[in-house]
Parts: sequence; structure tokens; C-alpha cells
Amino acid sequence: MSLNTLKISEARDALRRGDVTSVELTQACLSAIDGAGALNLWSTPTPELAQAQAVAADARIKAGDAPDLCGIPMGVKDIFATKGVATQAGSNILAGFKPEYESTVTQNLWDAGAVMLGKLSMDEFAMGSSNETACGGAAVNPWKVDEFQRAPGGSSGGSAAAVAADLCLGATGTDTGGSIRQPAAFTGITGIKPTYGRCSRWGIVAYASSLDQAGPMTKDVRDAAIMLNAMCSYDPKDSTSADFAVPDFEAALTGDIRGKKIGIPKEYRIDGMPDEIAALWDDGIAMMRDAGAEIVDISLPHTKYALPAYYVIAPAEASSNLARYDGVRFGHRASLAKGEGIDDMYAKTRAEGFGPEVQRRVMIGTYVLSAGFYDAYYNKARKVRALIKRDFDQVFADGIDAILTPATPSSAFALGEMKDADPVKMYLNDVFTVTLNLAGLPGVSVPVGLDKKGLPLGLQLIGRPWEEGALLNQALVLEQAAGFTHKPQKWW
Amino acid sequence: MSIDTDTARKVAHLARIKVAEDDLPELASELSNILTFMEQLGEVDVDGVEPMTSVTPMRLKRRVDEVTDGNYQDKILKNAPDAREGFFAVPKVVE
Repeated sequence: MSLNTLKISEARDALRRGDVTSVELTQACLSAIDGAGALNLWSTPTPELAQAQAVAADARIKAGDAPDLCGIPMGVKDIFATKGVATQAGSNILAGFKPEYESTVTQNLWDAGAVMLGKLSMDEFAMGSSNETACGGAAVNPWKVDEFQRAPGGSSGGSAAAVAADLCLGATGTDTGGSIRQPAAFTGITGIKPTYGRCSRWGIVAYASSLDQAGPMTKDVRDAAIMLNAMCSYDPKDSTSADFAVPDFEAALTGDIRGKKIGIPKEYRIDGMPDEIAALWDDGIAMMRDAGAEIVDISLPHTKYALPAYYVIAPAEASSNLARYDGVRFGHRASLAKGEGIDDMYAKTRAEGFGPEVQRRVMIGTYVLSAGFYDAYYNKARKVRALIKRDFDQVFADGIDAILTPATPSSAFALGEMKDADPVKMYLNDVFTVTLNLAGLPGVSVPVGLDKKGLPLGLQLIGRPWEEGALLNQALVLEQAAGFTHKPQKWW
Repeated sequence: MSIDTDTARKVAHLARIKVAEDDLPELASELSNILTFMEQLGEVDVDGVEPMTSVTPMRLKRRVDEVTDGNYQDKILKNAPDAREGFFAVPKVVE
């Protein structure tokens, strides 16, 4: 067995026993990455840095000072600022940008001894559900069941695909409307978005600040627990970072959910839901019931309005956050014709640097925040958001421990399949995931089965705020019952 | 709410994104489609609901008002497309 196929928990135990070194583990991943150029997943590989970090990790393990992630080779979504390593967030407007600082989440990983293999492709500024808006071209899903290459989902598509293809043991993702959970489902891996405030946003290129949250993308639930523990911390540099103790998530994985109440929201049974998705959901419900959970029908009446509210709030915040890309302080600056002034510089720089979807969202955001429309759109959306959160508050107050839903409305679509689709059709990919971001809740996507084509499908569990440990334990039960061990056949 | 070409031009200007005159009709139609999708929000009764500002009720932390960081002009300027004599350089702003 190649070392790059190990899970984090297996590699951790093997490293501690001395059966393997981080240098060997890292080399196995670097070789796998070298052989996976056809997937186009890495925006900036960092093999030399990885080798140096692996040597340091081996020394640390030998000295008996080895946190869980010490020596584990990881991929990093290109949205995390990494000191001295290109950080572009999938956008041409950040061409050439090498941060002078490290994001808090990645610093936490390096402090724990993790090894960085490189930066991973993503949809431009995390705006997308296919990873096709990345400035380096589409990332490719390692799952291939016919003549078509498929999208790994987005925006953390490079991270998801790299984990699924065994190019790294785990990867960081970020999730604003489903960007961890949807690609995890499309690639047959596990991804958790923790409660808003668990992971520091400092040093993460901002899309929509009230929704953005980082989380791990891993080969199984145990790995997600281990990696999430290392990523979370209270950070005074992020004013929305939660000053709560971070519990031991792995210790919460007892596999016992007897007596827990799992809610099944009727509003998620959307019109036109494919039979395969409905059947998968029913299977998941049966698995939780068989494990001793009590299944309860619930209602989240404002679910239908989550997507339109999201597509007001997220672009509004994005239009403000992305105002910083003006060609003055970092990244791309357009060259000017004679007689053109600073206003031309801004407008040309942003037209050249932003791709079409980013331009669209910045302009929608500008519109909904403009005088005369602020109340009609932006404030209205924020009020609807309050109602969506209230729906969740009520079911949790009624004693529901977690909510089970599908993760995505379909399996991975082919690259280019959505190219001519209306942008709104692409937005529908987020229909099951976006509600949690609006409510700030933790959610995890677990692979549960394959569709008729042989592509992975996932279910989502939504947890109570700050109870990621319990949520991951419920996810573990689902994982064990589903017994999903499928891997993509290597074709690349 | 339908967006016409004039409104699209105005929005592009506010967003400081240069859009060619020929591309404005298509932009207007795309933005209109997205806004039509958002019109559903009109169905929701939000009487007496406060707009959400924070998902978790948390008080912002206070700290002593003192300088705790800084003095790295070179790092700040390092990624600038044009930096001269310790400043960001831009085209002339004032005639």
C-alpha cells in the first residue's frame, strides 16, 4: 500500500510507533502529486518546503513532542494566506501576491507539526460550485465513470479532489454557502464546516465575512475530528472568533447515539428531487434509526428563502470586501493609456482581474447596497436571515440533537455542463447547505452511497451550535452504517 | 425589478468595473434575472423582525487602546505594483 493512501489517524499512529517517517510519507504524496498533473489541482506546489517541514517533524516525533498532526502532509486551499507562498484565491487580480504573514488556521497547523504540500485550486474568491471559475482553469474530479471529466464541486474543489485522489492526507477548505460540504459530497470524502467563530478568519481571503468559515476535508470522520481540533482556536485578531475552549473532538467519537433525536425537515424534500437522492436520504434515516436514534419529523418553514437571502447578503458583503482590489496595494494593476487617471486604473484593473462570476456578484452586491434599494433587498434579506436562524433555534429548543438532510441535489456534474446554464441554476447547488451558513451552525457531509452512474453521494448532518463533537459522533455512526469504502479508479 | 442598460452602467461605475458599452444589455439582463430570483423574499412577513447582525450573540471584546503592532513599512509595500520612496504610487489624483 502506498503511504499517501493512509488516513491521518493511521499515519499518526504509524509515525508514533516509528513504522514510518514523515519524510517517507511526504515523499509518497509528492510523487502522487507529480503523477496527477491531469487533475490540475495544485495552484502552487511547495515540495521543498514540504521536505524541510517533514525533516523537522521527524525530529519532533523522535523527541517525543508530537501533536496529532505532526508530520502529516496536507494541502491548503489557496484562500489561506501563507507567508512567502503565492496566495491568489483563484483570481488573476491577486497575481504575484505573496503574503508577508500567515493565516491563523494554517499557523495552527504548522505549529502542530503538519507539512504543507502546496496550495490548492478553488473557484475565484470562493464564488462557485464547480471549481471552473479558478484562474488556473478547472480542477478535475478524480471520479470518472464515463467519457466525461467531472467537476469536483466548489469552491473548495481542489482540496476535495486532492484528498479523494490520495494526493494528501487532508486539506483545508472554507465554506460560505456549502463550499466544503458540496465538494466533499461530489468526491466521496468527509467535510465539516464548524460553528461560525470556531476557526479564526484572520488571513483568509474574505468573501462574505458573516458567513465564511474554515474547516477540514478528510478521508473519514475521525480524521475530520483530529484536523478540526488543530485548526480551531480563539484569535484576538478576528473580532468574531469565539472565546470558548475547544473540546477534544476525537474523544467525542463514541459511536453511541442511542436516544438522540434526529430531525428530518420536510422542507428539504424539494420539488423535483431526484429519486436517487430521496432514496439515499431514506437510507440514512434508517441507518440512524437502527443505531438507536429517535427520528422526528420537523419543519423549518423559511428554508425556501435561504437561497435568495444568501444571494443578497453574500454579494453585498463581497462587494464591500472586494473593494480592496484596486491595483494600489497588491496584485494586478492594469496598464494605462496616456491621459487615463486613477479612476480608469481602478475600473480597468478590476475588469481585467475579476472573472465574470465575481464581477456579477460584486455588481449585484453594489446594487442591493445602493441608495434606494438597501432596505428593499439588503435589510429584507437580513430579516429573513433572522427568521431562518429562528427556525433552527426552535427545533433545537424542542430537543432535536441534529438534523439529517441530503448534502447536494445531484452527484458531480460534467465539466462544462453548467457553462450555459443561468447563474441562478448553478446557485441551486447550495440549496441544502446554505441555510447553515446563514444560521452560523455546524454541518458535516458524509459519503453514504453511489448513484447509478457510480458517482458518490453524500448526506449532511446539521448540529447544534458549538457541539461539533456530538455532530461528528453522529456522522461517525452514519459513516459506519453506510460503510462507504469506494475510491475513484485511477485514470490520470 | 428589471434593470435597464442605464442602471447597469451606473452599477458598473459604482463597482468600479469597466464594462464595454456593447456588453451592457447582456449584463442588465443577467442582473435582472438574479434580482427576479431574489424577489421571492417579498413573500416573507418580516414585521417586527430585527435584521440580523451577528449569528452568535457575542459582545465585541474591548482592549486597551494602545499600539501593539506595526513598524514594517517594507512588508506593507512589498506586494505593491508600484511603490516609491516608502509610499504606494498611483496616477495623479489632483490636477
